[in-house]
Amino acid sequence: MALLEVQGVSKAFGGLIALDDCSLSVEEGEVAGLIGPNGSGKTTLFNVITGYVRPDRGSVRLRGADITGASPARVFGLGLGRTFQQARIFDRLSVLENMLVATQRQEGWLRSVVKGQSSPKERARAGELLQFVGLERLARLPAGNLSFGQRKLLELAYVLVADPQIILLDEPAGGVNPTLINLIAARIRTLNDAGAGKTFLVVEHNMEFVMGLCDTVTVMHQGAAIVSGSPDMVREDPRVLDAYLGGSDDELFEPEPEPEGGAETRLGAVDGRSRT
Amino acid sequence: MNGGLLGGSAALTGTAPSGATPEGPGQPARGVPWAKVCTWLAMALVVLAFPVVFPTPAVTSIAFFSVIFMAAATAWNTFSGYSGYISIGHAVFFGSGAYTLALLAVHLNLAGGMGIFWLVPVAGAVAMAIAVPFGLVALRTRRHTFVVMTIAAFFVFQLLAYNLSSFTQGSAGVSLPTPPWTATGFNQRFYYVAVAVLVVALGLSVAVRRSRFGLQLLAIRDDEDRAAGLGVKTTRVKLTAFVLSAFSVGMAGAVWAYFLGEIHPQFAFTALFDLSVAIMCFLGGFGTITGPLLGAALLESLQQYFTIQYSADNLYLIAYGVLFLAVIALLPRGVIPTVSGAYRDWQDRRLQRRVETVARSAGATGPPGVPVLERAASSARAQER
Repeated sequence: MALLEVQGVSKAFGGLIALDDCSLSVEEGEVAGLIGPNGSGKTTLFNVITGYVRPDRGSVRLRGADITGASPARVFGLGLGRTFQQARIFDRLSVLENMLVATQRQEGWLRSVVKGQSSPKERARAGELLQFVGLERLARLPAGNLSFGQRKLLELAYVLVADPQIILLDEPAGGVNPTLINLIAARIRTLNDAGAGKTFLVVEHNMEFVMGLCDTVTVMHQGAAIVSGSPDMVREDPRVLDAYLGGSDDELFEPEPEPEGGAETRLGAVDGRSRT
Repeated sequence: MNGGLLGGSAALTGTAPSGATPEGPGQPARGVPWAKVCTWLAMALVVLAFPVVFPTPAVTSIAFFSVIFMAAATAWNTFSGYSGYISIGHAVFFGSGAYTLALLAVHLNLAGGMGIFWLVPVAGAVAMAIAVPFGLVALRTRRHTFVVMTIAAFFVFQLLAYNLSSFTQGSAGVSLPTPPWTATGFNQRFYYVAVAVLVVALGLSVAVRRSRFGLQLLAIRDDEDRAAGLGVKTTRVKLTAFVLSAFSVGMAGAVWAYFLGEIHPQFAFTALFDLSVAIMCFLGGFGTITGPLLGAALLESLQQYFTIQYSADNLYLIAYGVLFLAVIALLPRGVIPTVSGAYRDWQDRRLQRRVETVARSAGATGPPGVPVLERAASSARAQER
């Protein structure tokens, strides 16, 4: 049984079909990549999985349990963490306080009112994770002072506070400088290793990052997952090139001329809308 | 200061930053913050000694109103300042508190005296009871819609006070029993009761700021949906703060009503209450603990002074308008954050100079170059905060 299973999910925003019968499964312990052109529905799929958007049709299962339409908090509580494309952290709280917000999720009302902000144990745990992402020296700074890449690292760190089994990362490398990209990739690998054994689903446009990091890659196009397989397999799949470069049966857009000749020759032979 | 410099030199010599202690990162090895304690003690002393040093009724009356508004502003800030939800409906709690005390005193036929002050917590409790349904409805909305909802609630309550005349005596208002005290003793007693309310409001504000739910409240201010996604029960958190803030505001309203001796719907439920309180908080420092105290002490005493000195009741409204524009234009963060920010910058610069001196005296032996200095300074700064 797959750890995370998305089955036949559709979602339309007015006339815009963001997800169209999209299916996807992520096995435990893998780093799965999710790629696709802009507007292919990757972020909407994330929103559906994490409970921010309710799908029109279809189901999402985590370890076999149906979590379709559950609230974001419940999904997070069930062990499914998520970071955003534009890292969403609490700007006016300190870096450490950001970590503590995520710590206190299952608590009675009275306890939360009476107890102090954090226990030494929670601070120690927060400190460990900050050290893990290399932000421990900035713990007392307002999070709003962090750079773009540091914000992503902080978001990753506070998602880890809840010790999720699977983490969805939305463009962890987007707009981040190369040094930090390497750090982020290294941290994902560490978390994925046998010890921690965390599962990842990563949306990313940086192909080098995706191909280097992911065990499997799924390609989305026009709201559906069209190809899924190992990075090498996906790289060679004609449908992927078609999705990225514009298909022959795509009436709205002319296929863009591709400077590398190889791609163009493949384009002609493709039936663009076939799905897996 | 020492800790900061130590942190700096540690970075200079390349040892691990002291953030990696078992205490957790960035936990400064600080003892009792004596400077802070002394400041608060001094402030408490000034507040307590004030009516003894200046016993003139005209002055103590100004002091009384100032303290009442310090309490009200602190309470308003406990909800609006921390959560970012601007409420223009706290006059509902102020007026309800005022009417609760007045009507109970009248209907129970209480004689004027200290005994009536026991009704003050009751007034606070009634304000809390009103805050629950009010909050449950209004807090379903956000930002501008929330502001409009609170204004609407405030008008509903003013209309109720006018029109439930068999109960509230309508526009005739309610006259309260007069306590048998001399002018000086009268003001002093009220002043100290107001201080007690202020202590409660301030205690609640500090407690909220330091509690877990207070941290969640601040998270809601920054990004409510994200907080909800992390498991923060946003409605519960917001409502708790709303109700706690109603308690102190209700008590402030009750003491205020008893001091005035009679209340009318248009004064007990006035939009000016929320505008004043909001300006006080914005001037002093929105969302800080000391900001509302400073803002209220300044503005309310100025307003009372204007009223007495020039007997021009509404002059202060013009002053408020000008001040509001000035605050928005010049001090958008308020006095306290701006001043403390400037102080921190000054400290940073001083620290930087000292780090440079240390680096220079370390001379050629240390690793040269600007990055080291920057690293030292930033680590020192991180320790400072």
